[in-house]
Amino acid sequence: MTQPIHALGESLRWLAEPLAFDFMQRGLAASVMVGVLCALVGCYVVLRSMAFLGDALAHAILPGVAVSYLLKGNLIFGALGAAVAVALGIGLFSRRGRIREDTAIGILFAAALALGVAMISTMKTYAVDLTHILFGNVLGVSREDLWLTAALGLVVVCTVLLLYKQFLLISFDPVLAKTLGLRVELLRNLLLVLIAVTVVVSLQSVGVGLVAAMLVTPAATAHLLTRRLPVMMALAAGIGAVSSVAGLYLSYSIDIASGAAVVLVSTLIFVIAFAFAPRRKLFEKRRGAGHRR
Amino acid sequence: MPGDLANARLELEDVTVSYNGAPVLENVTFHVHHGARVAVVGPNGAGKSSLFKALVGLLPVSRGRILIHGQTLGRHRDLVAYVPQREEVDLHFPVTVFDVVLMGRFGRRGWLKAPGVTDRKAALRGLERMGIAGLADTPLGELSGGQQQRAFLARALAQEPHLLLLDEPFTGVDAPTQEATLGMLDLLRDEGVTVLVSTHDLNMAASRFEQVVLLNRRLVASGSPVHVFSPENIREAFGPRVLFLGGAAVVDECCPPGGAGKEGEGC
Repeated sequence: MTQPIHALGESLRWLAEPLAFDFMQRGLAASVMVGVLCALVGCYVVLRSMAFLGDALAHAILPGVAVSYLLKGNLIFGALGAAVAVALGIGLFSRRGRIREDTAIGILFAAALALGVAMISTMKTYAVDLTHILFGNVLGVSREDLWLTAALGLVVVCTVLLLYKQFLLISFDPVLAKTLGLRVELLRNLLLVLIAVTVVVSLQSVGVGLVAAMLVTPAATAHLLTRRLPVMMALAAGIGAVSSVAGLYLSYSIDIASGAAVVLVSTLIFVIAFAFAPRRKLFEKRRGAGHRR
Repeated sequence: MPGDLANARLELEDVTVSYNGAPVLENVTFHVHHGARVAVVGPNGAGKSSLFKALVGLLPVSRGRILIHGQTLGRHRDLVAYVPQREEVDLHFPVTVFDVVLMGRFGRRGWLKAPGVTDRKAALRGLERMGIAGLADTPLGELSGGQQQRAFLARALAQEPHLLLLDEPFTGVDAPTQEATLGMLDLLRDEGVTVLVSTHDLNMAASRFEQVVLLNRRLVASGSPVHVFSPENIREAFGPRVLFLGGAAVVDECCPPGGAGKEGEGC
């Protein structure tokens, strides 16, 4: 009789214990915000096949980080500058199909990474901060960082929601968007900038190496489960939030890197969805083929 | 909308259309009355698709001018709806048929306004006219090829255009879709909507359209089918591919190879 109650109390205690720490509260808040933000923006990354771009942007911010490190400024602003510059550079190079977008990404991503490494190699000490940029350190989030994350994240979420119609149209059918008089190039660049901001905001919780996973995995999981974009966005945001919370607890209880734990949890959710979704997809395919000819 | 239609006409004056700096259609001049049904014909690569793309601003007009309602192109883009030969969209995109048709209304609203009741009604009407209202909530990817084509036609109808451009709507579609398309053209004529249809089916062009525009990288002829389909004009447009048998001219001209849009000059 007392056994279940005891077990319940035990698990509540287990859940509450980490929250006694300020850094844990801040970390949890930051990673939930990042999880939701990445997942939402990630829907467009997945639907527009820009997974490579997310990864590239993450690496491309290194020179910005190096510059702000040298100037002793806020790393986030340096990273933001570099990410936006690279995002717009990709837009410029691939404009009107002069070179393909993935080629433009490949060139700029490598160039920015090389520049970052070159700058860093001139420094004598680039201790802990830089490894945190690379692998994330969500438990080191300061109060100021948290506010900055919240503010930037809010701007991105509001833009994505307000321009839902436009982003949907340029992603699904750019030809119609053009004939309806939408500024397709401008909107595309805006989307690139939003992805860049998202990547930068996510650095602290998952780091350069893993941010692409946060952009892609929850959105891809949601894509497996629904055929409506608003539902996909809501599901992705939910999966992002759950992964963040579960990952952080996992990291606390078995003492592993928090960013890695979050990504592993979201991958697990993806694998489960993938295992259950195929039946439906195969069914749809067969039915479609039967109709066609 | 009907009030404006009184003098709705399309005028092309010495129009040259370029793709990547090279002209693909030169010195084209023709006029279309309001509410006319026009077949645009010519061999593969004649510039039929390029003409349509120029009319919606997807290709630049490097010379001459295009007037709709007597005003230059671009001043009223949402009056023109365009259905490409092949929609190049991702069929796994998470949208329903209704979502797709509603997109035809996005040009009518301000940047931040969500589609309203009028827009939903227009979308539903488009679906009904194409006979696929029952598929409104179906994901786009689950439709057959012909049903998809009808969904894109419904979207063009939802735009409530004054000028409708259909690029090869009869190529490679099933019989119900062809019927639905022809039925839609009849309805639109009653409403005074001007329609330009490009086709390889010269019989259909001659029997179902009151005006034919014959192109071969320039204008060969424009006017009534009887006037345009003269042996001289056909020979001029189709060249050595024509076989004259007694009084009849035979042209073996079908769809672009593989439907890959050779017509589109690779665009």
